[in-house]
Amino acid sequence: MAGLVIDADRCIGCKRCERACATAGIEVVDRLARPTEGCVLCGACVDACPVGAISLVRDEVTQSDLGAYRDIWVFAQVDRDGYLMPVARELTAKARELAAARGCEVVALVAEGELADDAVAHELIACGADRVLRARDERFALVDPELLASWVCALARARRPEIVLFGATPLGRELAPRVAAELKTGLTADCTALSIDSETGLLHQTRPAFGGNLMATIMCPVHRPQMATVRPGVFAAPELDSSHTGAIEEAPLDADVRPRVRTLAFERATSASSIAQAKRLVVVGRGIGSKKNLPHMERLAELLGAQIGCTRPLVEAGWLDYAHQVGQTGVAVAPELLVSIGVSGAIQHLAGISGAGKVIAVNEDAQAPIFGAAQYRVVGDAVEVVEELVAALEARGGVGASPSAPSVR
Amino acid sequence: MHIVVCVKAVPASTEVKMDPVTNTIVRDGGASVVNPFDATALEVALSLAEERRRAGEPCRVSVLSMGIPATEALLRDCLARGADGALLLSDRAFAGADTLATTYALSCGIAHLAKQWGEPDLVLCGKMAVDGDTAQIGPELAATLGATCATDVREVLTCGAGAIAVRAAVDGGTAALELPLPAVLTLAREAAQLRMPSIAGVRAAAEMPVEVLGAAAVGADAARTGLAGSPTQVVRSFVPESQRESVAVDGTPAEQALRLVEIIEGVA
Repeated sequence: MAGLVIDADRCIGCKRCERACATAGIEVVDRLARPTEGCVLCGACVDACPVGAISLVRDEVTQSDLGAYRDIWVFAQVDRDGYLMPVARELTAKARELAAARGCEVVALVAEGELADDAVAHELIACGADRVLRARDERFALVDPELLASWVCALARARRPEIVLFGATPLGRELAPRVAAELKTGLTADCTALSIDSETGLLHQTRPAFGGNLMATIMCPVHRPQMATVRPGVFAAPELDSSHTGAIEEAPLDADVRPRVRTLAFERATSASSIAQAKRLVVVGRGIGSKKNLPHMERLAELLGAQIGCTRPLVEAGWLDYAHQVGQTGVAVAPELLVSIGVSGAIQHLAGISGAGKVIAVNEDAQAPIFGAAQYRVVGDAVEVVEELVAALEARGGVGASPSAPSVR
Repeated sequence: MHIVVCVKAVPASTEVKMDPVTNTIVRDGGASVVNPFDATALEVALSLAEERRRAGEPCRVSVLSMGIPATEALLRDCLARGADGALLLSDRAFAGADTLATTYALSCGIAHLAKQWGEPDLVLCGKMAVDGDTAQIGPELAATLGATCATDVREVLTCGAGAIAVRAAVDGGTAALELPLPAVLTLAREAAQLRMPSIAGVRAAAEMPVEVLGAAAVGADAARTGLAGSPTQVVRSFVPESQRESVAVDGTPAEQALRLVEIIEGVA
């Protein structure tokens, strides 16, 4: 029987497990820990136990036909204009690396509108795909996760991939769980590291847990395919290798599948509303003092060709819209440059900036947690420093791109 | 119309500390709250129900959760805010569930509710839970129920007899989508802010039952619930090395500003 097992000989009754438990699922009675009905088998007490007295025991489950599954698949998403998305290149290159260790093929799946040419397929091969499974279909002209799930599931049932990877884009975050539920297999969201056991083919999937405060390595031992999503920008973009060869195979969508959801209208995000894609970002927090200082911050952003993000308290105070909120309950950002002004660095905020490149933080409090996430720390009055910075940048006529072209590299 | 809202109890704080003596992980085992995104889903359900009732159609909002017995108090709070009924799936057999096993348990709960109140027209979830952060339950439920699905919904546009129209985040922007019912929606925070409970609501909720059922009572196959029904396993957890080495930029504000310009230009 699966459950929490406590080694009475090791337990010292220290109650660290009690304190670590978020659900009152373990209690110490007479200097011995024991699980209660509140236990959800989360493993927090296993981690907290200083003497290794607690373990999580599973029933042995075996699946005999694991060997029937092979190859690593990548769902290669194209954007609304038909171009391959950067995350698809990143994942194909990662899959190449895993496939080399495992000794199997990389298969890229791409669903395009009926008029698509071979450009995307060739690009995928140059990224490292050995085979491209392609459907060109008018039903794919509009992005429909339900249709795509039906297509991917049909292919996976017929061909049995060992691993399937998806980009954690808005589409991927809906598509991958649909496919996992239909195939009744495991799915690990937002992995930041992937490695493979070359013998068993087991995928070690590492992701942030508990609001980014813990990292967890997750495996899917006896269900196939093993599935994971990865956020854009987590893995490096590959150098294209035009000498790499691969096959392009048509894999049409079943003729009976009909779309159910209708797209009534699509509104392209304006640059101002998509801080998630911003290359440069100025993020402001309560340390800027008052709303009247906001124009200084906006001027700084303008001079840097950056967009404005903020912390949750500023949204709650009504200084800026929710679309600007950076963090766990706002937007996760991954700019090349992030200038953080007067942000203390609550853990929920830090979880949203972990993908940022160069981080400069300005804060009055030298002990502020934001400095733990920054490469450059400026201890000082946020408004004074920004005023001087604006003056210095104005003297040089600004740096880098204009706000209307934030995608300059 | 029958609307089911799935809610999860999450720790009020997701802070994690290292015990300096034993070098082990200490999670703050404090109070639980309703996952904030699920609170938004509840508000959207309550508003839709009010709208349907104004149009002369009866509408029921059921709140559904899988959790420890103490979750009952949070469900009662949902009743105080206007939900019509609550079902808590609580059983050791549900413990240790990953998203697939959770989805299965919730689908059993939904089937149980459907027996009493009819198949749900809408199932609403938060777009993710702040502790697990996977955003998988909504789409997995849609696939399991055979329902249509929209994720990261920012706004409900219209809701008629057979379909609902929403504005949802999609790649590259937002889209207005029309989904035939039954549909599963996952809600973003900006869709709504949960109302406060009224005093009358709190009084009424105190008298209302929260149904608490185990796996067998909702007809769940034990092999598909909890740890046993979870394909994924956490094999290791560790505290990330998030602390970056940082370089101090010292001097007067003017000196600091000039140095920052150099640093920024290094990026350009």
